[in-house]
Amino acid sequence: MDGEELTAQQTALYDRQIRVWGVDAQKRLSKANVLVSGLNGTLAEFCKNVVLAGVGSLTLMDDRLVSDDDLRSNFLIPPDEAKKSGGSLAEVYCNSLKEFNPMVHVSVEKGNLTQFHGDLFDKFDAVVVSCCTLKEKRMINEKCRERDRRIAFYTVECRDSCGEIFVDLQNYTYAQKKSDDNVKYHLEYPSFQEAISVPWRDLPRKTTKTYFAMRVLEHFEYFHNRKYGETSASDLPIVLNLRKTLCDEQGVNESLIPEKLLDHLLSAGAKEHPPVCAILGGILGQEVIKAISGKGDPLKNFFYFDAADGKGIIEDISPVSKH
Amino acid sequence: MASCSQLDAVKGAKVLMVGAGGIGCELLKTLALSGFEDIHVIDMDTIEVSNLNRQFLFRQSHVGQSKAKVARDAVLKFRPHINITPYHANVKSPEFNVEFFKQFSVVLNGLDNLDARRHVNRLCLAAEVPLVESGTTGFLGQVTVHIKGKTECYECQPKPTPKSYPVCTITSTPSKYVHCVVWAKDLLFAKLFGDRNQVNDLNVHSSDDGDTSKSTEDVFERNQNEDPEKYGRRIYDHVFGYNIELALANEETWINRKKPRPIYMKDVLPIESFQQNGKLDNCIKEDVAISAMQVVGLTNPQDIWSLAENTKVFFEALRLFIEKREKDIGNLTFDKDDQLAVEFVTAAANIRASSFGIPMHSLFETKGIAGNIVHAVATTNAVIAGLIVIEAVKVLQGDFCNCRMTYCLEHPSRKMLLMPVEPFEANKSCYVCSEKPLLLELNTQKYRLRDFVEKIVRNKLGMNLPLVMIGANLIFEAGDDLEDDVAANYARNLEKVLAELPTPVTSGTVLTVEDLQQELTCNIVIKHREEFDEEKEPDEMVLTGWNAPNKESRFTSNGESSTHSAQVSERTETTVDTDTGRERSVITGTKRKLSEIEAASDNSEIQSLKPNSANHETPQQVIDNDDDEDDIVMLDAFPEAGKKKKVEVS
Ligand SMILES: [Zn+2]
Repeated sequence: MDGEELTAQQTALYDRQIRVWGVDAQKRLSKANVLVSGLNGTLAEFCKNVVLAGVGSLTLMDDRLVSDDDLRSNFLIPPDEAKKSGGSLAEVYCNSLKEFNPMVHVSVEKGNLTQFHGDLFDKFDAVVVSCCTLKEKRMINEKCRERDRRIAFYTVECRDSCGEIFVDLQNYTYAQKKSDDNVKYHLEYPSFQEAISVPWRDLPRKTTKTYFAMRVLEHFEYFHNRKYGETSASDLPIVLNLRKTLCDEQGVNESLIPEKLLDHLLSAGAKEHPPVCAILGGILGQEVIKAISGKGDPLKNFFYFDAADGKGIIEDISPVSKH
Repeated sequence: MASCSQLDAVKGAKVLMVGAGGIGCELLKTLALSGFEDIHVIDMDTIEVSNLNRQFLFRQSHVGQSKAKVARDAVLKFRPHINITPYHANVKSPEFNVEFFKQFSVVLNGLDNLDARRHVNRLCLAAEVPLVESGTTGFLGQVTVHIKGKTECYECQPKPTPKSYPVCTITSTPSKYVHCVVWAKDLLFAKLFGDRNQVNDLNVHSSDDGDTSKSTEDVFERNQNEDPEKYGRRIYDHVFGYNIELALANEETWINRKKPRPIYMKDVLPIESFQQNGKLDNCIKEDVAISAMQVVGLTNPQDIWSLAENTKVFFEALRLFIEKREKDIGNLTFDKDDQLAVEFVTAAANIRASSFGIPMHSLFETKGIAGNIVHAVATTNAVIAGLIVIEAVKVLQGDFCNCRMTYCLEHPSRKMLLMPVEPFEANKSCYVCSEKPLLLELNTQKYRLRDFVEKIVRNKLGMNLPLVMIGANLIFEAGDDLEDDVAANYARNLEKVLAELPTPVTSGTVLTVEDLQQELTCNIVIKHREEFDEEKEPDEMVLTGWNAPNKESRFTSNGESSTHSAQVSERTETTVDTDTGRERSVITGTKRKLSEIEAASDNSEIQSLKPNSANHETPQQVIDNDDDEDDIVMLDAFPEAGKKKKVEVS
């Protein structure tokens, strides 16, 4: 790759990771702009990882004020200062993240991502959201897709010990070294809406149950006008009804989605389990770094982790045409 | 998941973290967030710039300070009310004995070298404290759980030994760049700048050796007031010219090999270009790190230099050592953070590579090979730290049957990027966690007790403060608190061959070695043997028992070749991170052949699985003894491993 060389300072700082992904990847990283919205413990982990890796800029969006819940699973919020300052979550994150790597431009953007005009998205190479409702996920994903240049889109959710990552790289081509030859790979990603519209009956029998459980929860929050994670165990009866409706519609057996799992996810609400945040934030960070640097094969298109069985699973949930 | 019982278990737990580096920073953060309130952290290292891209608790302003202490302060900023006790110390120091370990509910390792891992394993076994062990390299990582009586211990499966090369490959017939780097670092650099008492195989032995060895030895001595320029030219022509000519004279060697080309300085650089260099000298500012490539006008460490450029760097580096760092000469060991040393080794390795028709490499790559630098990224460390905490919580709840060892893969295997596997049962013939004796073949008439203690007890068995007994008779004991007469007696014993000890060792004798700190006792049955194959068994002994005989331990090299191997192991965060402070235990005054220098580079500890095999529950350890860089026994899902293997080699 042409262009400026890395500075001596960059070379010294990034020495160990350049040995992993090479100088060209590091140069691409240092020119990339990442937007993050809906800040929680998982995204704190993610932000830390991409700032350390040396992306060009990181823009944070979240106007909410710091709450006690935010403090629980977060290392970016010094408890006393944060409350005193009265700043937004994005501002508090920004102050902490800046210190991690002076070579990365970390800043705050006010407002709500769903209200943003399309051209504002053009500044970014990757948009990562969490704490989003079904509607918001769809909207933001579509806005990314409408732009001329490709904007990678990611969602991440951590409900206690369970986590989900969704990736949309649209049309993505990358090269992989296979015994001295550079082999080109092409991947076609469905949008979030396209992915979740794949009939459940068409999915492999071994598809992780968490996928279906997350869809039920998403629909529950949507139909009942709940915010992301605004659930409790008392919602279980309604959710079990919804499970029945959805499973009937899809022509699958309800036992596909264990009641225990739904109960667990409902009780968790938006509460995160810190070790799972670290795992999701690590995997997500790596995926964004891959997509930006063009190094390594990116995951398509869902990732699941459940501390209960310890498995970190990739599921490709795409309409037949995008397999 | 975060049930009440889980929270109680976590709150009441007192945990010990060993290592506050790449994994350690992530681990300390995740422990604190997960509700742990009493965490002790041991790390002997201080912070370096190359840590900052992933050890996120540290800042530029912390460079040079204790990792354990800075990590503590950083975590207290977001969790002010928990207790974190830092120890800026080596985990092997005597204060961390079995009693110390017994106070903890679980021990969590975020270590970077095999040696310390083995030591902690033994203390955990002796103290009966569960151990969660971890490691990462690039995108790969693993977490394992070791509980005495329930699972295997960390040492139940043989660990990959460092890659080694036949001495003659290094001295006469290099075929890969890494051979040239080993030569440049462990032979040439050591000869010119290291301990002069070290025996060094640098000179090619011609068939009519005889007296010439003495005269060639002198080539490397700089005569008093000898002009550095003249000296440099002499060295250059000797090692790249004369020695190659000498090697070419052994015609048999080259029957099936490409002949090397002797290189003399006058052919590469005309005299005038030197004088120009001399003038550039004035440009060096004293406050800038001394660098030969700067003087020569080379800026990008990623570039591959031409033969002429390498020659200039070689010459400038040598001159700068003489003119600016004269004090260091005679006691330098290669240090990858020593810019001038890296430049010298890069230049010398490339010139030799050019001579042998081997592709040249950049300073960046050479530094990685010579310094045993292991790839490291923050994301893998974060994931591994998360997995450690998940296992630690299970251990604390007594939920042993749900403990898993987990592999973090780069490419999915059966859809999994994080793959949990049931822990193994203990290996019944493990000398560490079972009572199984070892078998040692050696020549009792020739093998000295000193070598037995250093090479076998310390290096191979990983003991730190050993004592040796024959029956009830104590014949050696380590430690500096001995009575004078006892110490004198041991000193005499050390110089004796085994057959001539006060209690003579013969075939069938059982030696008992014990480490009081590790509370490990091991019986070794001796078998006398007269002859050993010089190439295949250069150590003149064969140790069998828990470990497969090491087929190719011939020329092992490490970051610091003249240090005692047991302590050397360049440090890695898992495997991984060499950059940090180094333990040095130079054995001065001991003459050892290079072929005997063993090193415990441990970078290759990532165990691997065969992905699509039906028997996926049985991970297989990768043992990479072969010289070939392509023979990764690992998953095809582990392409990075190939790279990694190359790097850890040297
Ligand atoms: Zn064992």
